[in-house]
Order: sequence, then structure tokens, then C-alpha cells
Amino acid sequence: MDKQRETEYLNWLCHVPFFGAVTIRSLYEKVGSFEMIYNIEGRQLQKLYGVSEKAVTEFEKYKKTLDDTRREMEELDKRKIRFITPFDKEYPTRLLHLPDYPMGLYVKGKLPCEDQPAAAVIGARACTEYGRQTAMWISGELAKMGIQMISGLASGIDGACHRGALEAEGDTYGVLGCGINICYPKENYYLFEKMGEKGGILTEFNPREEPRPQNFPMRNRIISGLSDVILIIEAREKSGSLITASLGLEQGKEIFALPGRITDPLSIGCNRLIAEGAAVLTGPESVLEYLEIQSGKLLRVHKINNYGLAKKEKMVYSCLDLQPKGLEEIVRTSGLSVNQCMNILLELELKGLVVQTSCQYYGKKL
Amino acid sequence: MFSKVHTVGIRGVEGYPILVEADVSDGLPGFTMVGYLASEVREAQDRVRTAIRNSGFKLAAKKVTINLSPADIRKEGTAFDLPIAVAVLAASGIIDPSALRSCIISGELGLDGEVKPVRGTLSITEAAKKDGKTRCFLPEENVEEGLITEGMAITGVNRLRQLVDYLNCPSSIRTAVRGNDFMTEEQNSYDMDFSEINGQLLLRRATEVAVAGMHNILYIGPAGAGKTMAAQRIPTIMPTLSLEENIEISKIYSICGLLPADRPLLSRRPFRSPHHTITPQALTGGGRIPRPGEISLASGGVLFLDELPEFQKRSIEVLRQPMEERKITISRIHGSYDYPANVMISAAMNPCSCGYYPDRSKCRCTQQQVKNYINRISKPLLDRMDISVEASPLTYEEMQGTGGESSSVIRQRVEKARIIQRDRLEGSGIYFNSSMKQTHIADFCKLGTAEKVFLKQVFSQMDISARGYNKILKVARTIADLEGSLTIEKEHLAEAVGYRNMETKYWGGSNG
Repeated sequence: MDKQRETEYLNWLCHVPFFGAVTIRSLYEKVGSFEMIYNIEGRQLQKLYGVSEKAVTEFEKYKKTLDDTRREMEELDKRKIRFITPFDKEYPTRLLHLPDYPMGLYVKGKLPCEDQPAAAVIGARACTEYGRQTAMWISGELAKMGIQMISGLASGIDGACHRGALEAEGDTYGVLGCGINICYPKENYYLFEKMGEKGGILTEFNPREEPRPQNFPMRNRIISGLSDVILIIEAREKSGSLITASLGLEQGKEIFALPGRITDPLSIGCNRLIAEGAAVLTGPESVLEYLEIQSGKLLRVHKINNYGLAKKEKMVYSCLDLQPKGLEEIVRTSGLSVNQCMNILLELELKGLVVQTSCQYYGKKL
Repeated sequence: MFSKVHTVGIRGVEGYPILVEADVSDGLPGFTMVGYLASEVREAQDRVRTAIRNSGFKLAAKKVTINLSPADIRKEGTAFDLPIAVAVLAASGIIDPSALRSCIISGELGLDGEVKPVRGTLSITEAAKKDGKTRCFLPEENVEEGLITEGMAITGVNRLRQLVDYLNCPSSIRTAVRGNDFMTEEQNSYDMDFSEINGQLLLRRATEVAVAGMHNILYIGPAGAGKTMAAQRIPTIMPTLSLEENIEISKIYSICGLLPADRPLLSRRPFRSPHHTITPQALTGGGRIPRPGEISLASGGVLFLDELPEFQKRSIEVLRQPMEERKITISRIHGSYDYPANVMISAAMNPCSCGYYPDRSKCRCTQQQVKNYINRISKPLLDRMDISVEASPLTYEEMQGTGGESSSVIRQRVEKARIIQRDRLEGSGIYFNSSMKQTHIADFCKLGTAEKVFLKQVFSQMDISARGYNKILKVARTIADLEGSLTIEKEHLAEAVGYRNMETKYWGGSNG
């Protein structure tokens, strides 16, 4: 059988609405070739193989677009985007363990290495500064140890994970919930470009697929499927990250959750996971230990040496927290005057000890 | 017979002399009025004729011609009734014309000969003084206001008949006397004070700096953090109103008929807080017959724009030019009008539509929503906000606490800083640090070597635009003035950097 031809037909099939990974696979197992599936008449498909009527209508309609999808593939090829099927050697074996492994992956850049451990870092899009900084730090440290960092290229925690790994010059992979040509959200354009070169971006959705809400839970199974451990940084009580966690559990992955204060809405999800038996993420070494990787050095949230700071700088610095505080509050707790406080905070910011997260909100830098 | 009566018309906020000429001659009986008149002035003829008859005078059946000169300026308002009536009576030989040469007459007439109050008395008397007149006959209700003009004899009239008697027997004219207390001790007695604001040290400090240099200020914060409260108290820490300033402000209110009858002068600096549904015309002034808008009514005080993102973009855009020029020019078919717009603009807004950003435990707005909310404000306006300050909600302890410094203490510091600025900028046509142009900044905001190095570091590390740079220098200059420091020191710069406007990247950029 001509493999090239088969891939083209499979690619076409991936474009047809209502034809998911499971349907395509079961059809293939029954029919034996994607080209033959294409040639089956819609009514037959419905009668013999129990495909729904809705799907069949679309199937018939899409038959005309075969040439379009062929041309599209050539286009993708020019832009170094590959279409990888489970029949290719490259296809990640980790995914084959999924009951509904994707029948096609559009890949830009690399794919995760089979013999290197991989970890997913996921969490809320609207995260706190604490979550963002922790995600960046842990991802960076793990990436330095050669762990491949996987996430969903969304805003918030996802972006922080990729950014941390990129800054540590490690490998990082993003799984999209839309077509490979679509950068969503736009604010991650920098990451999107960078990861295409240095890491990898993959998706099971055809290039025309818009980022629809129902796509994201689907791509979550790929995130969890590709990784050996899943780290959940921040999650609200009801959160997409928890779906990934339960998918991961079904797939037998180890779940780590970052503990938080019980009063923080963004930590409720994580704390509940811990209560239900997830491992507690106390730092990068929790993960390294589980993966039996020797770090050689003890990783700690680095302590700022206070030696270089003047007395008043210390006073202000001690008022700060990872959770950014408003200037008013800092002034209130430090007992210094407004202008003194602003002076010191600017000094600390220039020294790189403090970060101004938004207008007149300051937090410690991790 | 022919007669002349002097009166004053109002254009914008300024008065200008008008001569009412009347001619009564033989011919087909009739009443003709000329001189580029608005319809309310044209209607005066019916009021005048009836009022004259009802006051007990009899006009002969002759041809009456009235001319209001100069004839190329449009005359508006009802204040011409009384001078027209007097001119007609003088031309008919009922009034002795000799008394009319050195006085100004102004007032509206009722059909029964009653004299009704007019708007803009202050502008009328000021213009009369400039014109070299010595006496003004005004409606009784306007006398208090007219008395503000020094060196002008004011006589109140109730009825047309009374005025005729006065003019025919000048020795009987009663001149109103000015009470000493018209600049009352009510000066600076506002019904609110900064000491009522508990805590909020940052808000206080930023407001003080803003007022000292007349910098426009933007308050950002959740509902109930005290943004409006602080803004309302800005007038209380502005320098005390001088008489000249007070007259300037009162004139505008007088023209709009907003002065209370019992008080001829405003005793306080204005604080105007237009609702966010306001139209551009209401903000700048306008209408077919132009009237001053909110920005002029706030002149000498504060124009407060609460819920800034809710304002129509067009309304906000029209503020840009008056903010720079400190006056506003409105052009209409009948001419253009200048109104003052010497205001300090303060604005308040929430950081996002729910108001809690960046407190992520409460705010669930997405980055995009936050950005969209901020993008509703016009960037050029944001650029004119020198100081922006975050207002944080009060804690219970703070609410229970005692207030901080009172307005009068802060005002003393502000006045000191204003004097320093005025002396420094003397002769340059500007009075405040906020109005400094590039050349002034180069002259007056010189930095030492250490400060230059420091600012360079800030500049490169924080991604500040060129406009932001100038703003920092201007605000730093004001902070230095508040402390009485001749040079701008590092700490002044640091504080100014803290107040700088959030630039686009500052909003949500860090969470990406």
C-alpha cells in the first residue's frame, strides 16, 4: 500500500467533522485502508459501520475537499510542519497508550523524546503572581535537569511554564487546542514563535480548526498522555486543570499539586487534589526524586542575602510577599513615609529583588 | 428727537459697550428696531411699549427707530429692555438726556414696568468700568453682584418709573453701599476636609503633589476605596482664592445664572463632577447661543471625571485642546466665543470591569477583558495625566482610626510650592510645573551626574517612553519644590517614577 497516499487520505479524514480519533480508528480496523474508507458511499458507511447520520452528511460534503487538503499539506510541508500518524516511527509511543490516541498530529519543531522524562505543568489562565513565578521557577529548574516540559501554550500558568523552560534553555512542548497555524492567545506570540524553533508545538486539530472551548479538554488528554508526571500549579474549585489531572490519573501518571493557602480561591483545586491523594509539590526536587534523578545540588527557593541591603530597605523588603501588595499597604505596614517607600521600592526593583506586577503593586521576586 | 443710552452686551464671559440710539420723529406711527438683533432682543419692543404705557407714560403716535450699535455684533439676551425703554422716553422728551452720558443701564422689563434681574452683572460692571463710566443702574437683585467692581456707583431699580424719577432728579439717586464682608470669612471654609480621610497615605501624598504643580491626576482602584472622596477635597488644599481670581470665576457663574442671589462671589473653588453621559457640547460649552460648559465652570478649580472609561470617547477628546491652552474657543455662525478653562483635571477609574484587578483572588477578568477595559480610555488623554495613583480599600482599623493632616496644613505646603514655581517661571507666561514645555524642562529640570546615571538605569530597565521621561522630570520638579529643594535629587526622581502613568505594557503584560 502506498504510504504517502494513505497519509493523504488520513489527513483528509481528520478534516471531516464528527470523525474523531476513535471513529477513524475503528473504521480503519474494519475497512483496512483510508483510501477505501474514502471510496465507501456515505449510506453504506451508515448501514455497515454504524456511523451517525450527521457525520455521514458531512462525510459526503467533504469528499470534494480532498484536493484542498492535499494542497494544504504541501503548504504545511513548505513551512516545515509535519503530519505524523500512528504508523510513523516518530509518533510518540507514550500516546499509543491512550484509548483514543489521535490519528494524526500536526507538528512544528521537535516531538518529545521517548527516553527522556517529561513533565506537564498546568494551571489557571488567570493566575496569581505567586503561581506564575513558581511555575516559571520549577519549570526552569526541571528543564535544566533535562526534563521535557509540556504544557498547553495558554495564558497564565501554561505560558509561565514554557517561558521558564525556554529561559533555562531546556526542551519544552506546547499542545494546542486549535489549528497549528493559529496563535491563541495572541499574547503568547513570542512563545509560539520561539517554541517552533527551539521546542515543539503539536496539535491533533486540522489547520483550519478555531480555538473552540470544547477542544481544550480534548487536547488535555494529549498533555497528560505525553508526560510522566503532571504538576498542577493553581486551580480553582472547578478548573480545566482538574480534568487533565483526572485524565492523568486514568492514564496512571503521578500527579503533583502545589499547596496553597486555604483561603485562596486559586488554591482550592490544588488543595483538594492533595486531600484526595496527589503528591505535594514542595519544589523541583519532589519531581526529581520521583523520577529518580539526582540533582547534585539541593534546590531551594533562593534566599536573598540581606547583607547588601540598608536597614530601611530591609524594613520594606520584609513587608513584601510573593503575592503582590499595593503600595498603600506597604506604606502602612512599613511605617515609612510614602516617598521613602517609593524610593526604596524603586531601588529594590532596580536591584532585581522586587517586581512591580502592575501599577503600584509590588511583589518579591522568586 | 434723538437720544443715546449706554449699556453693555456680553460675548463669551466678557462685556463690551453698546450704544442704544432712539429716534422719535414724525411719520407713519411705528416701532422699528435694527442692529443685528437676536429674536429675544427684537421682542423687547413689545415689552418696552407696554411697560412704558403701564408705568403711566404716554407715547405720542410717532415713528420710533431704535438702533443698537455697533451694528455688526450680534446682540443677545434680555438686558437691553431697560436701556431701550429709557432711550425711547428720552427721545420723547420725558427723560432729561443729560444724566445718561456717564451711566450704564441694564435690566429686563416686565409688562407692568417691573425691572427683572439679568445674567452676567459682574461682566457688565467690569466692562462699564473699563469704558470709563461712573454709574450703573441695575435691577435691584443684581446690586450685590455689581458692587464687587470697585469704584463703580451702583443704583438698584425696581420699576421703570423709579428709574425715570432718578434720571430726572439726579440729586435723589441713592447709591448702594458695599458691605465690608462680601469677601466673607467663608473663604476656604469648605464643608469637607482632608482630615476626614483616614489612612490612605499614598492617595494623600499623590494628591498633594498633583495640586502643588497643577498636574492632572488619575485615581485607580476598586469601588469604595476613596477615590471620589479624595478628589472632592482637592479644592480644599488649593491656594486661597485671590479677589481677581474670584471675580474671574464668578463672572462665568454669573453668566450662567448660577450665582446664589445672596452671595455675589463664589467663596470656594469650584468642583465639577459631570456625569459620564455628558456630551462634548456640555463639557466644552456651546449650543446655538453659546454657554460655558463644565470645563469653564470648573475653571480655577477641579474638573473630576468619575468612571473615566465610561465617558464617550468624543467627550474626552474635546478636552485635549483646552487642557493645553487653558481656555476654550467656540466658533458659531455669529462669531467665536472664548471661555476660560483653567482647570486641574482629576479622574477616577476601576482597574477592570469588576474593579478588583490585580487582586486575582477576587478578580476573574481575563487579561483580554482587562486590556479592553483600559483601551476604552483615549491614549492622548492618558498621556496628559502626569500622576496616576492606586487607591486601595481601607482596612477596618483604618476606618476606625483618626484622620490625618487637615487641609489647611497641606494647603500651606502647596502655597509655598506654588510661590517657588511662580518665581521661577516668571515672564514665561506659565505658572505651574505641569505647563512646562521642552525648553523650560531643559532650563529648570537640570540633573546632577548621579541623578542622570540613576535615571538612565531606570529608563533602560523599565522601558519608559520619551513622553514618560518628560513627565517624570516635571513631577520630580514639583516634588523638589514641595520640599524647597533647589535641585532635583534622586529621591524626587524615584517618587516621580512611582507615580508615572501605567504604559500599555504595564497592564497585564507581566502575566503573559
